Amino acid sequence: MSARTMKGIAFAIAEAIDQEMSGNPKVVVMGEDVTYWGAVFGFTMGLHQKYGRERVIDTPITEQTFMGMAVGAAATGMHPVVSLMFVDFLGAGFDQMYNHMAKNHYMSGGQFAMPVTVLTAIGGGYGDAAQHSQVLYGLFAHVPGFKVVVPSTAYDAKGLTLTALRDNNPVVIFGHKLLTGLPFLPFEGEEETVPEEPYTIPFGQAAVRREGSDLTIVAAGVMVPRSLRAAERLAQDGIDAEVIDVRTLVPLDTDTLVASARKTGRVLIVDEDYQSYGMTGELAFRIQAAAFDALKAPIHRLAVPDVPIPFSEPLESAVIPGVDRIVEEARALAGAQVTAD
Amino acid sequence: MWKPEPALPDLHFLLDRAGLTREALLAQYRQMCLIRDFEELIAERYAIGKTPNFNMAAGPIRGEMHLAVGQEAVAVGVCSLLTDADAVVSTHRPHHHALAKGIDPGRLAAEIFGKNTGLCRGKGGHMHLFDAEKNFSCSGIVGASYPQAAGAAFSFRAQGQPNVAVAFSGEGAANHGTFSETLTAAALWQLPLVIVIEDNLYADSTPKWAALASTHQSHRAQAYNVPAYLVDGMDVIDVYAAAKRAIERARAGHGPTVIEAVCYRYRGHFEGDGEDYRTREEVELWRTLDPIERLGKRLIRLGWADDATLAELREEAARDAAQAIAFAEESPLPEQREALMGVFA
Repeated sequence: MSARTMKGIAFAIAEAIDQEMSGNPKVVVMGEDVTYWGAVFGFTMGLHQKYGRERVIDTPITEQTFMGMAVGAAATGMHPVVSLMFVDFLGAGFDQMYNHMAKNHYMSGGQFAMPVTVLTAIGGGYGDAAQHSQVLYGLFAHVPGFKVVVPSTAYDAKGLTLTALRDNNPVVIFGHKLLTGLPFLPFEGEEETVPEEPYTIPFGQAAVRREGSDLTIVAAGVMVPRSLRAAERLAQDGIDAEVIDVRTLVPLDTDTLVASARKTGRVLIVDEDYQSYGMTGELAFRIQAAAFDALKAPIHRLAVPDVPIPFSEPLESAVIPGVDRIVEEARALAGAQVTAD
Repeated sequence: MWKPEPALPDLHFLLDRAGLTREALLAQYRQMCLIRDFEELIAERYAIGKTPNFNMAAGPIRGEMHLAVGQEAVAVGVCSLLTDADAVVSTHRPHHHALAKGIDPGRLAAEIFGKNTGLCRGKGGHMHLFDAEKNFSCSGIVGASYPQAAGAAFSFRAQGQPNVAVAFSGEGAANHGTFSETLTAAALWQLPLVIVIEDNLYADSTPKWAALASTHQSHRAQAYNVPAYLVDGMDVIDVYAAAKRAIERARAGHGPTVIEAVCYRYRGHFEGDGEDYRTREEVELWRTLDPIERLGKRLIRLGWADDATLAELREEAARDAAQAIAFAEESPLPEQREALMGVFA
């Protein structure tokens, strides 16, 4: 296999789509600004130059309609790749997504598969305020029928996208803006080696990004590199943190989470989505249900404290978990009362 | 959609019919200058820390920045007819509407800088400006303005208030379902609503020809029995004349109107936009139709102003804009604990 370094998930996702499109005429890309701007955050960049406007299609601003068109096209033999630009815009197309795209296979008794790949950008940290900085993957994970993918590395982004493009179900890929590697945004990922050839990564397998023995930090998206940075700082204090990247919220790899919780006895879940009724609650429940006897302290969580993302810098950094707060929370957890030894 | 310049007698006729006086036109000129200066100063401050490598998170103004340089005539032509009690719902490109509605430039600038003295105490930012006193709100979500303005119109009528509501949008937003759905309800209920489409030819990077099967969004109003005006958005008099009729109709209880103002944004969709989707020649062509210069020339032709009068108005406007930016720059950032306050009323 040949490989080269790649900076960011945007390039990786676009390459995966390109490789699948070149061999599979059923794949079409549609959404707002998917041509010139490659869906604004680069997930479809370069594709229209190669495949033209017949297969890479700028739609009018009609989210409800183009999501519905994806439902109809998927039901009749295509595999649409649909751009939802910012996840914050999902409200405008959500009916077609959660009532149809996610349910038609089930409701039809398995008659209509729904192979749709939805690409969307998530996250804040650069001052785009409450309507352009949300994460919201918890909403999709809550509705039965969607697979929910949150890559944190370029390698994963390519492999998971190719899996999505070969899946017969609606898959929503949430690309964090601070991991895209685009020049106009801060980049919090790493340049990494990515094979040129197509490859897939199965859904439902969490990645242990760092092994550790004292506590487990579970994260997704940009919270993974932040947790890894926090783990380096914790190591200087003699705290050995294990860092797990969930990678797919649906299907969720409960086994890896539980095994790590059993190993370390202490779990911190870090999330950039809103705290209540979200990913942290679901993961904490599943972990305690299977590892209660092994937990030495209650599970801790760090998430956005149920406020919209504010615009001003000091306010924004107060609510989105950063490395400092992960370190602080992990230290508190490492020193927390032993309850189940 | 550009019209030939009217001859002097025609100009007088147009002004008489619109009820536009010398004072009104001079005020509009000054207001457009203020908006232009304000936007250009914001562009300059936004660029700080973002050169040579553009990074949205860097500098004193963070996030995306959508400016309306070139579109001043639409905002001023419409809003100069409104009272504070009339509602305006704006878009992701809202500064010109906010200033034209009479919002304090200093507090507006402070919000764009994320300061505690801003309209929304730094929580909203450039795309989310709210001023209850001026009945002004906006949304960064495309197509969201129509139903909200219709709701305000409904509320005015239900409460027996003689106010109108104005929804601004771009032409791309008018493809959105909310446009059709709002027209359905507003026409059925004869709401005091004016929809103003700023047709600047591009939805982000997508040209109108790639996103619209007909020529103009305003044509769709016919399907809902709603009158529509197609006006030259680079000409404040043209905008004003149409808006006056629409607003009078609304106030008299005769229902909604659509105004489509063909205009142009001189700058990209957002600051930092490489603008590969359009040609430099196209931008330059539209700059020759500059709404501020056009109004200035007409004022001179009418004998209602000379170069000195116009220069004085421009200087006043520049001073106001500079003061607003200075106020914003000098204001403090909010305390971090404020992030957790204000979710519920």
